[in-house]
Amino acid sequence: MKLNRRDFIKANAAAAAISAAGLSAPTTAVAAGSDEIRWDKAACRFCGTGCGVLVGTQDGRVVATQGDPDAPVNRGLNCIKGYFLSKIMYGNDRLKTPMLRMKDGKYDKNGEFAPVTWQQAFDIMELKVRETLKKKGPNGLAMFGSGQWTIWDGYVAAKLMKAGFRSNNIDPNARHCMASAVAGFMRTFGIDEPMGCYDDLEHADAFVLWGSNMAEMHPILWTRLTDRKLSNKNVKVAVLSTFEHRSYELADIPIIFTPQTDLAILNYIANYIIQNGKVNQAFVDKHINFKKSATDIGYGLRPTHALEKDATSNGYPGADGKPKGDTGKSEPITFDDYKKFVSEYTAEKVSKLSGVPEKDLKALAELYADPKIKVTSFWTMGFNQHTRGTWANNLVYNIHLLTGKISEPGNSPFSLTGQPSACGTAREVGTFSHRLPADMVVMNPEHRKISEQLWKLPEGTIPDKPGLHAVAMARALKDGKVNFYWQQCNNNLQAGPNINEELFPGWRNPETFIVISDPYPTISAASADLVLPTAMWVEKEGAYGNAERRTQFWRQQVKPPGESRSDMWQVMEFSKRFKVEDVWPAELVAKAPALKGRTLFDVLFANGAVDKYKLSETAEGFDNDESKYFGFYVQKGLFEEYAPFGRGHGHDLAPFDTYHQARGLRWPVVDGKETLWRFREGYDPYVKKGEGVAFYGHKDRKAVIFALPYQPPAESPDKEYDMWLCTGRVLEHWHTGTMTRRVPELYKAFPDAVVFMHPDDAKARGLQRGMEVKVASRRGEIRLRVETRGRNKPPRGLVFIPFFDASRLANKLTLDATCPISKETDYKKCAVKVVRA
Amino acid sequence: MRFIPALGLAAALLLSGISGVSAQEMVESLRGDVPVNQLSKNDNMFRPERDQDLIPRNFQKQPPLIPHSVKGYNITQNFNKCMDCHSKERADETGATKVAKSHYLDRDDKKHSNISPRRYFCMQCHVPQFDAKPLVENTYKPATKRGE
Repeated sequence: MKLNRRDFIKANAAAAAISAAGLSAPTTAVAAGSDEIRWDKAACRFCGTGCGVLVGTQDGRVVATQGDPDAPVNRGLNCIKGYFLSKIMYGNDRLKTPMLRMKDGKYDKNGEFAPVTWQQAFDIMELKVRETLKKKGPNGLAMFGSGQWTIWDGYVAAKLMKAGFRSNNIDPNARHCMASAVAGFMRTFGIDEPMGCYDDLEHADAFVLWGSNMAEMHPILWTRLTDRKLSNKNVKVAVLSTFEHRSYELADIPIIFTPQTDLAILNYIANYIIQNGKVNQAFVDKHINFKKSATDIGYGLRPTHALEKDATSNGYPGADGKPKGDTGKSEPITFDDYKKFVSEYTAEKVSKLSGVPEKDLKALAELYADPKIKVTSFWTMGFNQHTRGTWANNLVYNIHLLTGKISEPGNSPFSLTGQPSACGTAREVGTFSHRLPADMVVMNPEHRKISEQLWKLPEGTIPDKPGLHAVAMARALKDGKVNFYWQQCNNNLQAGPNINEELFPGWRNPETFIVISDPYPTISAASADLVLPTAMWVEKEGAYGNAERRTQFWRQQVKPPGESRSDMWQVMEFSKRFKVEDVWPAELVAKAPALKGRTLFDVLFANGAVDKYKLSETAEGFDNDESKYFGFYVQKGLFEEYAPFGRGHGHDLAPFDTYHQARGLRWPVVDGKETLWRFREGYDPYVKKGEGVAFYGHKDRKAVIFALPYQPPAESPDKEYDMWLCTGRVLEHWHTGTMTRRVPELYKAFPDAVVFMHPDDAKARGLQRGMEVKVASRRGEIRLRVETRGRNKPPRGLVFIPFFDASRLANKLTLDATCPISKETDYKKCAVKVVRA
Repeated sequence: MRFIPALGLAAALLLSGISGVSAQEMVESLRGDVPVNQLSKNDNMFRPERDQDLIPRNFQKQPPLIPHSVKGYNITQNFNKCMDCHSKERADETGATKVAKSHYLDRDDKKHSNISPRRYFCMQCHVPQFDAKPLVENTYKPATKRGE
């Protein structure tokens, strides 16, 4: 049976309708003739928007892609990156075989890369894991994953680390991206991820962008916002950032503020709402608790740093060896206490601090205060990559909660995620060093017990302390505390902060063994000891979860090149190398005699749940390399083992097969129906009849408004390093450019990184546009060219450098200061100087 | 050397008599042979490509690249410089590529007389090119027969 694109769309529209009603539809096999293009659905490989695409294949290769007209997210549109998805897998330097550093035929940290077999690759990995376990125990191992992992890639990795090797040293690059958003959600609501959905874009009367350049970073959501704005003359857009960018093209209220003063502006808005009698008192009385938080919490720097020594609540060991306070500690206060707390954030004071005119501050505050205006706030890295990132998230919820503008169409505080499965994988699956699936945490004995039962493992298997987060992991490599490090699906040597002082020395530390799984030779791969060639995107069956809680599946469309294997296969196959006795203490093995002598693969993946579904259930006409190799429908088994963690607890996922039919569904999916707005009766099945609103993440079903002050950043410009540096992305490139810089059209659209600066700042330094300059911080320097025109227009005193360019490494300059609560790095603020090269 | 043209590589293989794929026998990043802890050479100075004829598309739904300079082009809420030439009213006169019919449809496929607001910011999909040489060859091949 041959289907062209039109037939495919028709067949799947019908299937989507059926599955939305909770029924399952038969799989439509789509055969590919040699001269026909086979079209099938997938999710875009890039950002957290989660656009639907149609992938055209012919003779085993992807020949075309296009926006999926039936995908509710994007209705046929893609951005420039999405339109070129068909080329991302075909860079000529794809890795095709495992590569090991060798000298005289043996592994040598200082040797040259040479091809080896998978057998040899796993041999040396096994040896290094065993050596490390012997020397350092499970905490000498670490894994660094990704918000670009598919759901099952992340799930198997978390399971192998936490339940197999019994180390919580697993963290995703999402730590750099939205850990502050997670901490913000957990503190304010007790449950992760946005309450609203993209439909808010068609309902809001006002949009406020807080440190989010949606026009370049979430382009398709920007098309929906533009659509709303240009179709409705009364719709207002406010854009806040530390420099002017493309999103300002649509701004009615354009605001440029001094870095870090967003904290003060947020408190000013709360104060304005209270002073002008615009508090939704009934809502606040019924649904809100007020708290104040520990404030002397440091900056997440090394304990020896001057900023940490005197901090009383940074959680680091004090003179007596005990932790100094707790960064997240808070205590109840009254509304009046809160009112008094924010009263010092007057228009006059905040205007002076932030550099924003009082009239703009008032216009902004009025969007929130006016009960007739439905307002949606969007934010991304401006809030999250912030030494007070968790607070910034809490503070924006404060103003939506004071006014009750939440959990209904158009009234929505909306944390956008950067990566395609930061929500679906990194957060929901529990790949953070402190997390388990469905918002559970390793510190909670009840949560560990639930997980161990679902995984059919003896009590006590999962360690009870959080493992190393991203920045701590980099420091532990440098300090020789972690000796075996396995990185998948990201390029942390380029994307992580402070490359010169922390990351690179750790990787080349003679004590460490660095394994990189990647499709391409990134700088991470080139600086590693073992490189594993990895299948990407539609070379495997996959699933992502986007920023609006939408879970989306795709089938394997083509075969990966050479010996490439998926991240999931690598983890599962490697787990066969260890018996439980090798990695578990005797007491633990004694608790489960049936597991004695079994491999980690047997215990974790051939456990009756993961291997429950037959190979014959995979779709006809499509490859599924992993299922064929292991002999059962791996993806289905993993998903159906994982889904019960959330079902019945506000995180309900639909049955596996449904997602292969539907264009994604937003969880919780209850009785076959997705949930668009959470916490509000009529939309969310978890809100009881008559409750109206219930923030059921907390036991008392209330949300929290936090009293949190403005505090200065970890590093500010001074006489020598006299400019702010802000780093970030550009439209045409994804993160470190591994895929997009190998697509000629995208590369040629934005070839090398440049430093965007104000023309007067350039002039004052004797510089002209196009000239080569040296940008230096206390930690390193890079050379690149000056741009004084174009899409980004920094104010005087600030420069912007994108981090996609492997030859101009912006992160040699950045400081590894983090939000002490979320442990997410502040990539938006450090001090640099710019001089002629 | 970062960019190895396929032909050059094939010739080198023939000359040296090595069989197999030597491109994979090294792990060289887009930095080339400069170690991470050293400064990259910075010999590149790219300029926008000269105005040219249409740049052929790889596949049917690919948004055409912009084959001309966009220096000083402004798109604001009230003014879209691109539409000066590319709108259906102006294209015949200016000789520019006419904006596709799809661009007059909104999210619900309803037809508008003006460009759909969701398509308003042209450069989210259409981008100009600099005169940079690709860092690595891309082996993507279009469909042999154009499918629908």
